[in-house]
Amino acid sequence: MADISISNLIKTYPGGTERATDDVSLHIADGSFTVLLGPSGCGKTTLLRMLAGLELPDSGSISIGGRDVTYLPPNKRNISMVFQSYAVFPHRSVRYNIGFGLQMAKVAKEQIDKKVQWAADLLQLTPYLDRLPAQLSGGQRQRVAVARAIVVDADVLLMDEPLSNLDALLRLNFRSELKKIVQDLGTTTVYVTHDQSEALSLGDQVAVMRKGRIAQLGDPLDVYDAPSDRFVGGFIGSPPMNFVDAAVTPDGELVVGDQRLMAPSLLQSFGNHSIVLGVRAENVSVAKERASGHIAATVLVVEPMGSTILLTVDVEGQTLKVQAPPSFRTAPHQTIWLGFSPNTMRFYDRETSMALEAN
Amino acid sequence: MTVQAPPAPAKAATPVRRRSVPAAVWLIGPSVVFMTLLLGWPVIEGVMQAFRNEQGFTLEFVTRMVQDPYFWPAVRNTLLLIAVMIPIQFAFAIGMALLLRANPRLNKVHFFIWAIPLALSDLAAGLVWLSIFNDRGYLNSALAWLGIEGVSWLAYDNQTTMFICVLIAELWRATSLVLVIVVAGLQGIPKDYDEAAQVFGASFWQRLRHVTLPLLKPSLQVALILRTILAFQTFAVAQALTGQNFPLVVGETYRWYTGLQNPNVAAALALVILAVSMLTSIFYLRALREKTQGGTR
Ligand SMILES: Nc1ncnc2c1ncn2[C@@H]1O[C@H](COP(=O)(O)OP(=O)(O)OP(=O)(O)O)[C@@H](O)[C@H]1O
Ligand SMILES: [Mg+2]
Repeated sequence: MADISISNLIKTYPGGTERATDDVSLHIADGSFTVLLGPSGCGKTTLLRMLAGLELPDSGSISIGGRDVTYLPPNKRNISMVFQSYAVFPHRSVRYNIGFGLQMAKVAKEQIDKKVQWAADLLQLTPYLDRLPAQLSGGQRQRVAVARAIVVDADVLLMDEPLSNLDALLRLNFRSELKKIVQDLGTTTVYVTHDQSEALSLGDQVAVMRKGRIAQLGDPLDVYDAPSDRFVGGFIGSPPMNFVDAAVTPDGELVVGDQRLMAPSLLQSFGNHSIVLGVRAENVSVAKERASGHIAATVLVVEPMGSTILLTVDVEGQTLKVQAPPSFRTAPHQTIWLGFSPNTMRFYDRETSMALEAN
Repeated sequence: MTVQAPPAPAKAATPVRRRSVPAAVWLIGPSVVFMTLLLGWPVIEGVMQAFRNEQGFTLEFVTRMVQDPYFWPAVRNTLLLIAVMIPIQFAFAIGMALLLRANPRLNKVHFFIWAIPLALSDLAAGLVWLSIFNDRGYLNSALAWLGIEGVSWLAYDNQTTMFICVLIAELWRATSLVLVIVVAGLQGIPKDYDEAAQVFGASFWQRLRHVTLPLLKPSLQVALILRTILAFQTFAVAQALTGQNFPLVVGETYRWYTGLQNPNVAAALALVILAVSMLTSIFYLRALREKTQGGTR
């Protein structure tokens, strides 16, 4: 068990023009669970491979447990990893695969058998222990990769999309299972995913990556609630955060098109600015009757989701997604009224897309 | 493809089947004819030559072959050469292939250079090494320059150095074949497996033993069969370096055929090589067979 310090990590692949990771700095506390989240190709795997020692950075440094490991070979780092491609040895049985790390560490045979049995039980692999990987389904093979990684007593556990190949139900089950396993192990874990719900549910801290950089690092709820820029807000949450072009009048009022909104005090210092208003679908209240501080919207699409109704509405030519309670009855082309509470509204700069902060 | 679809109403099954037989015959016919002409016929001819004289079946030629004073030394030398050469050759080839993989820069150039002996005829290779190992060759010249007295490496009474010379020349000439096969095999193994093994703490030797070599087994099997069969046929290099002084089985075949003008004994010797080659192939295929066959999809 150990903490991880990453500083100013830069990596460009040979022949590549763009940086796969661009000046990444990150501290991961001992025993914590950090999720790297981002769209495909943003450099998550690259960062993880540098942590594992499978890829060397152009500059920057990595230390694990206070020891500089930047240029140390993988077998000297005491890590374990679930590969995005599984990399389960095809010529050996499931049992051998799971016990591989222990065997390399020359652990006693009975000890290996016990741990393999434990991991196989956890991941529901017991019936397949004597099969070859070629005789397993994709999801089973992935579970073998996870089992192989959790049996070893490593300082750091690296997981690259370990649940990507499971069906929705199994994924939901294993998500909570995995959280429990990792909590019990107490190993410092770095977990890569592009599934935002996985990131929010698993992580102690979430690092949202974009084009090789960390766009936001923080507690999952913070990242969800207060995205530091439009990209993060748009990437996290389903539906993603709504962004509405708005303006602040010289006397500090918020205007969307011709309609006025209650403005939080934050905006006092941004008089006469064009801004972007960001708000999550569940933070918009809907009403059929006009009320003060509400703005008018035209319903475009009604999608009942079971526990809620998802409405796509038009406000002054801009499209928003809002959530209504299941009892709310409406139909396309009707006019409804939207209310925004000041403390759930986020504001972004029109040019830089960065969150506005009071100054 | 010119296979005709069977007529739709299959009233009687037999005519349909009978009509499809000629199509199959036409398809495999040419290759059967060619195989018979090019392989089967010479083999039968060879067997007959070894076991028949004017009176009919005979073991006369086989007896003469075995009683020849050169026969058992030739067999012994051939087996010894194989037993020593193949392991060294595979160790070299695997080592070189791993070096090529570990160092991606320049590996095209290195691979090309290491594969050059493949393009050389074995007689030419033998002559090259003769110019090195003969009494006034490069090796002795170099030794003289260093102030060391030269050795008659290829003298007929110096069996050990003669063996070593043939061994070195053959290693140089034929290792590249194994290298090419092993490199091709290594390229077919995804890098992930080696990486996974590294991550889980395996040292270089552990990775070689538990991951790389097992995954390389199919290629090694091919290389081993090819190389052993070819090693039984070692001839021109030894002939160029030692003439008759270091007899090998194929060299003996050549001597009986051209020198002693006896094609019957030569055929018997050729059959010995054929039989031994077949036996080794079968042995390798069995010994290296996938333990878990049948289960894989
Ligand atoms: N071996 C490589 N050689 C060259 N470029 C690479 C290599 N591996 C990755 N890249 C590039 O580096 C960038 C980051 O790749 P990376 O694999 O880290 O993405 P990722 O975030 O893991 O994506 P995904 O979610 O699809 O797995 C991509 O633009 C990719 O094209
Ligand atoms: Mg990836």
